Amino acid sequence: MTVPAADPSHGEFSLDVPFFGDRQKVYPRKVKGPVRSIKWAVLIGCLAIYYIAPWLRWDRGPGHPDQAFLIDMPGRRAYFLNLEIWPQEVYYIAGLLILGAIGLFFVTSLFGRMWCGFTCPQTVWTDLFMWAERLIEGDRMARVRLDQQPWTLAKLGKKLGKHGVWLVIAAMTGGAWIMYFNDAPTVTRDILTLQASTTVYFFVGLFTSTTYLLAGWAREQVCTYMCPWPRFQAAMVDDQTLTVTYRGWRGEPRGKHHKGETWQGRGDCVDCHACVAACPTGIDIRDGLQLECIGCGLCIDACNEIMERVERPRGLIGFDTYANRAAHERGTTAHPRFIRPRTVVYVLIMLAAMGAMLAMVLERSTASLTVLPDRSPLFVRLSDGSIRNGYVVKIQNKAGIARTFDLRGIGLTSATLQIAEGEGPAVAAVEGVPLTVKPDAVATFHAYVHAPKTGQAETGFVLIARAREDGESVDYHATFRGPTD
Amino acid sequence: MPTKGEKDALTGRETTGHEWDGVRELNTPLPKWWLYTFIASIVFAVGYSVLYPAVPWLHGHTTGVLGYTNRGAVASEIAATAARQAPILDRIRVTDLAAIPKDPALYAYAVAGGKAAFADNCVPCHRAGGAGAPGYPMLAGDRWLWGGTLEAIHQTISHGVRNDDPDSRQSAMPRFGLDGMLTAAQIGDVADFVRSLSGNKAPPDAIQRGSKIFAENCAACHGETGTGNPDIGAPNLTAKISLYGSDRVTVVDVITRARNSSMPSWGRRLDPVTIKMLAIYVHSLGGGR
Repeated sequence: MTVPAADPSHGEFSLDVPFFGDRQKVYPRKVKGPVRSIKWAVLIGCLAIYYIAPWLRWDRGPGHPDQAFLIDMPGRRAYFLNLEIWPQEVYYIAGLLILGAIGLFFVTSLFGRMWCGFTCPQTVWTDLFMWAERLIEGDRMARVRLDQQPWTLAKLGKKLGKHGVWLVIAAMTGGAWIMYFNDAPTVTRDILTLQASTTVYFFVGLFTSTTYLLAGWAREQVCTYMCPWPRFQAAMVDDQTLTVTYRGWRGEPRGKHHKGETWQGRGDCVDCHACVAACPTGIDIRDGLQLECIGCGLCIDACNEIMERVERPRGLIGFDTYANRAAHERGTTAHPRFIRPRTVVYVLIMLAAMGAMLAMVLERSTASLTVLPDRSPLFVRLSDGSIRNGYVVKIQNKAGIARTFDLRGIGLTSATLQIAEGEGPAVAAVEGVPLTVKPDAVATFHAYVHAPKTGQAETGFVLIARAREDGESVDYHATFRGPTD
Repeated sequence: MPTKGEKDALTGRETTGHEWDGVRELNTPLPKWWLYTFIASIVFAVGYSVLYPAVPWLHGHTTGVLGYTNRGAVASEIAATAARQAPILDRIRVTDLAAIPKDPALYAYAVAGGKAAFADNCVPCHRAGGAGAPGYPMLAGDRWLWGGTLEAIHQTISHGVRNDDPDSRQSAMPRFGLDGMLTAAQIGDVADFVRSLSGNKAPPDAIQRGSKIFAENCAACHGETGTGNPDIGAPNLTAKISLYGSDRVTVVDVITRARNSSMPSWGRRLDPVTIKMLAIYVHSLGGGR
């Protein structure tokens, strides 16, 4: 093959060459088979969790929301069953994100883009939208014909029906998202009676439109152009990773096959394009692993149907490793190795993150004490020569009841503690200043510590707050500052 | 002549038709949605330019049909804030100073408002938190030159100290050294005595001589025992803190030339509500009586 010589008649540029490519619309064909069944099960499971979870109730006692999963933005609380997360504890989310990311790496190193093909919300909702589309417009060929035929009333009806159903699904999706942030029954009633806040309608509208656009219109373009994950998945995939593979050693040379012809001297692939027709991203898996492939495995089911019809063994396309493919080129086979340094490291990281999170949850206290020393003045000299330090004391009461904490300091000789209230320093204390904190609240006090001059710039001491109700005790290591002269 | 669909022989893909030294570029078209997004942003830009200030001229710029300006937005936000604060500020205006600390909501607001006003007006001399500096009294401590009650603090802020406000705090310590009222030796002795009042060490015979001079010259204002008199701003000399410093050189200097520092009359600069809030804030710093 030779490259044609440059034609001198070529201009600097040609207006006929398209600079912008139209989207090649994909018309995936319906398939049946074990992979499709698993995908349906995952789809139903994921959607059920998403739609039902906000409706689950969980009794936390009076004065607390009874929703099992609730993120209360105005109240600055997140509720997960028995766990109540304060804003200061958002690091739990860091732990969840680490688990999520490493879990994704782990699954990808074992089975390729299984997340993308089976559980990614983009895939799940696109699958749901395609199901609705197929119900109204028919299967692949019917849809191709419908798009090509001129506009008729029937075509208009089908198109309007499809987009209507899509919008209903999208609105339910957006509505369900809102329910994680509001009391589900209340907000549903408010939305339906047009009494919800503008914020609620805005977010319902936002998630309705993004769901409709991403699952109805953008589909595989989200995976190919927008999502960063396909771009760096290659870093997790190695030659032991099970990916959707066209077993070329069995299939080639491909070609049409008529019933009764011999299978000698040719491959099993009958070049029927069933795998291409089934692909939701419109690629040909026989070209090998490629960026667009989301690893959904629908081509496996499609091909197996054909293989049964032509009475050849199933599995011309299947989950297989690059190592096995390379082995077949040498005339041997290779079984996938699941235990490899990469997967072991991923598991160890996940175990460490889980252990750390578990430890944090188990050690979680229902109170905390924070002491911020006044920055100006650092200390006050009093007429009698003694020194006073001021502190902002914050006591967090995460319990569901009001509690009274006795605040006292230890480690400073002859020191006294006072709490400033209303008109000035009011409560003097020897045994401890009683400070009442409302349930589920942070109370802020201004505390003064008096002590004789020590001559030390900094003297460490401990402030202890002990709850009278249950004896829970929290402490803070504070510093008492003074002049060195 | 433009060619239609010229294909690269190796890849079978279309080329752009460009040629550089025999190298041709394959055409990899951008997706259409990208183009539409680009067009949509141009449309947005046109709309934005019509509605908002956009095009700079030599003098000034287009104003946009909405008439929006950053300055105007800030002004309206300030006006909205003032309108929101008006009710509680009015309550502070009509409430008696002594009654404000008994109303938790008013008190909290007054302390916060006073803190802001303090940072704007008082911090240059009295330092943040009323920490004070040599010559500028510490406001968080327990020694007050002119009294530490809420009323006294309010009076001091309203009219200041030793200024031309007829109601300002007035008093003047004589310049014992410069005006020849005491000799240098006598000033040294009285300084030793004054420093001994707050526990500093000095030769007993100097203290003995100094106590006599003190009784004759200083006790009228500072009191027989040196505990001072807040009515005339005479400091308590027995306190172990000092406005200018308690080392001997400083005390001698103060007696020799007298300092008589002043404070502005804030009633002439700030509105009554702000002064009320300042008094409450200063009182709350830990030394209020």
